[in-house]
Amino acid sequence: MFLAILKRLLMLVPVLIGITLLSFLLLQIMPGDPASRALGTRASAEELEAMRQLWGLDKPLWVQYLYFLRDCVTGSFGVSIFHKQPIITLVAARLPFTLAIVAYSTVIALVIALPFAILAAARRGRLTDVAIRQVFVVLIAMPPFWLCYVLILFLALGLGWFPTGGVGEGFLANLYRLFLPSLVVGLSTAALIQQSLRAALIDTMQADYIDTARAKGLRGREIFLRHVLPNSLISTISIIGVRVSWIIGGTVVVEKIFSVPGLGSLLIDAIVSRDLPVIRGLTVFFAVMVVIVNLITDICYALADPRVRLE
Amino acid sequence: MRLLRNLLRNPAGAIGLAMMALTAAATVLTPLLSPFDPFALDFANAMQPPSALHWFGTDNFGRDIFTRVLAGAVYDLRLALICVFGPMAIGVLVGLAAGYFGGRVDALLMRLTDIVWAFPFYVLVLAIVGVLGPSETNLYIAFFIVNWIGYARIVRGETLLISRLEFIEAARVLRFGRLRVMLRHILPNATTPALVYSMSDVVLTVQAVAAMSFFGLGVQPPAPEWGLLIVESIDFMREAPWMTIFPGLAIVWIGIAFALLGEGLSTALKPKG
Amino acid sequence: MSLLSIRNLRTEFQSPSGIARAVDGVSFDVEPGEIFGIVGESGCGKSATCRSILRLFGGAPARIAGGQILLDGAGDLAAMTERELAQVRGRDAAFIFQDPLTALNPTMKIGRQIAEVILRHRKASRAEAREAALQLLRDVHVTSPERRLDAYPHELSGGLRQRVVIAMALALRPRLIIADEPTTALDVTVQDQILRLLKERRDSLGTSIILITHDLGVVSQICDRMAVMYAGRLVETGRVREVLDAPSHPYTRALLAALPGQVGRDRALTPIEGAPPSLIAPPPGCRFAPRCTRALARCTQGDPPPLAPRAGAAPGHLDACILDEVSDAAA
Repeated sequence: MFLAILKRLLMLVPVLIGITLLSFLLLQIMPGDPASRALGTRASAEELEAMRQLWGLDKPLWVQYLYFLRDCVTGSFGVSIFHKQPIITLVAARLPFTLAIVAYSTVIALVIALPFAILAAARRGRLTDVAIRQVFVVLIAMPPFWLCYVLILFLALGLGWFPTGGVGEGFLANLYRLFLPSLVVGLSTAALIQQSLRAALIDTMQADYIDTARAKGLRGREIFLRHVLPNSLISTISIIGVRVSWIIGGTVVVEKIFSVPGLGSLLIDAIVSRDLPVIRGLTVFFAVMVVIVNLITDICYALADPRVRLE
Repeated sequence: MRLLRNLLRNPAGAIGLAMMALTAAATVLTPLLSPFDPFALDFANAMQPPSALHWFGTDNFGRDIFTRVLAGAVYDLRLALICVFGPMAIGVLVGLAAGYFGGRVDALLMRLTDIVWAFPFYVLVLAIVGVLGPSETNLYIAFFIVNWIGYARIVRGETLLISRLEFIEAARVLRFGRLRVMLRHILPNATTPALVYSMSDVVLTVQAVAAMSFFGLGVQPPAPEWGLLIVESIDFMREAPWMTIFPGLAIVWIGIAFALLGEGLSTALKPKG
Repeated sequence: MSLLSIRNLRTEFQSPSGIARAVDGVSFDVEPGEIFGIVGESGCGKSATCRSILRLFGGAPARIAGGQILLDGAGDLAAMTERELAQVRGRDAAFIFQDPLTALNPTMKIGRQIAEVILRHRKASRAEAREAALQLLRDVHVTSPERRLDAYPHELSGGLRQRVVIAMALALRPRLIIADEPTTALDVTVQDQILRLLKERRDSLGTSIILITHDLGVVSQICDRMAVMYAGRLVETGRVREVLDAPSHPYTRALLAALPGQVGRDRALTPIEGAPPSLIAPPPGCRFAPRCTRALARCTQGDPPPLAPRAGAAPGHLDACILDEVSDAAA
């Protein structure tokens, strides 16, 4: 098993290198000169030159890329212009919040989508099924950032049940404060996965082995709990796996609106303030996060389904 | 043509089509539907709640929101359609090539898509537009760079499947030119799922376009783009919630329309029997 | 007293084009300890008949529209509630499905799946059930049974899987086993082994087996009595040797004539012309008449003929043809 994981990690290396390359090239297309942007228009020629040398901007492109690659591998990603801190420090401080929202949203998405998928599958073709599908169509159509404000309007400002943002101390406080942002990401994710979940459930429910279970004399609930659910949950893992990128990307929007000091809001601030090293480093970091979570999902899937080997 | 008829035959397709037609009609007929100018400032009537005169109310500048929402439809629809069908064309071609030629071409293309796929959509688009600077053109560039991948993967998968099917073998045996095989036989069948996917892509792209405006990275004011309308309403959310709600509902409306269209297309395009 | 008595069973399936009468007035008995084969082409209703016995339609929109299914010691299965029927399933009567790969839960160990049927109907501990499962695997001649208990279905060969399915069916010593084409999904070499296993189990346990198949070879190998079905009705029943040696219904004769093995070297194969009738709107009279080479006008009138004994035939050999002389059809 460990050998297989190792092999997988090795296969990821070209992808990881590609990620760094893409992020690097991305920021090369930035118009203008980073040095003058950082120092302002009134900087002298010597100061600008000094800045360029400091950043290695006077070296050829491929050398710059190697510096960048080294930075990524050592995990330093350079220093933020705006915050004047090593990027890695910023990332370390903010990563927990983003991860919290990712995990929280996934849980909420499942809690919302799974029961409805089960109901829709059980009442397949009937009015309940169609009605549920339409509700989720409406849900998908809601833009997440607008949904944030609607929820703030009604739940925070209107009813006063939740704060409009920020984070708290400790697990329970954050469970409370991070609920709304996670709810938004969770709702839109739920809308995306509900169809697939329903299809997976229907597939399972129509399998021959369900018939065998009935032939043994088992009844509805036993069959559901012991045969339908476990097999459907395996499909659920891969359905969520596909959406990991979407969930992680969703945090970017909600963090800003709900003033959560996570990686997403860091990215947005960096873009607004043209903080080049942060933008570059974060793009790499986000992509790496997606890749790692995908790997974890694959491992979970291989563990859960006896027919699948990680090879 | 026949596709249209099939589409209308199922409820989802019919409703979706009707909603689209309604929207298109409303956009074209705006001068008839509303006497107001979307850009005219009228402070005397600012922050009015929805009424018989102002169906969606007015904003902080006194502009009629209904008119602005209708005017914004042009922006959002244009952006969404270009940002979906442009990348779709690219993706379809790439996917076809990868699936048909296979081998190293395929491997290379798949590696490439794997890499771009790893970046969350929003992160990449934000980074590109953030780096290039906010403007509509840069928005197009960003979407074109990022959005084609989904289509390439779908079409590649379908092409791989179809290439193995017998009727393609037959065509090959009959010495039809490679290009001809690709275009006449594989293309129509492989693009069907891509077309269905494009509908849900429009839903998400409209949202993404609006979100870009939200970050100040998309269409610039005073354009009545829906995302901008929402952004501009935030400061006034407490006093005039209708400023925030209606533009959002417009996005939801379009989203539902395209989602239903997608469902209808998926049913209509299914081979019979 | 027969073990199983089916009286005038009618089963309907909902389809987009109407209600199909897949089983349209079928009656037969199965005696204790006998292997009863049901043959017929695809769609004749043999599967539907047997699934009706335990009401295992696999989610298909089907229902029993009339008739009785009397199981000795249990009552009329057709009239039972789902709850009552669930008691009968697995304990008094068991079902073996065609494809052992899909019939087993792919993510559950074999041992647990066998134990499941035991624990459902008996008070036993996990360990006891596991012991019983082990013994059952031995009874069906599975090698290294201890290891197999913890295996998953995909780790076993097709033949082994079917043995496991048979073990599961026999777990509680039901008096009746219904096997729906148990060998069709298996390699030819394995088919023989499975059939012999079924016969052996019947010999030691006295279980009755209803064997559905489209393969007359299978029937002649292990069945005692057989029934031939066509378009939702029985056309001939009797002891296997008698039916196969002296078939009296034109359909049975046509079936046999269409087999490569039955025909001499110089005679051409004679396939049966035409196709089976629609089950939604079956034609009047004998269902086979449109394809029958010897049909007369009165064959297509009135109700389909019932099974009846024929002068000169062996006792118990019934057929549903109204023609008096059923001599050999000319080539």
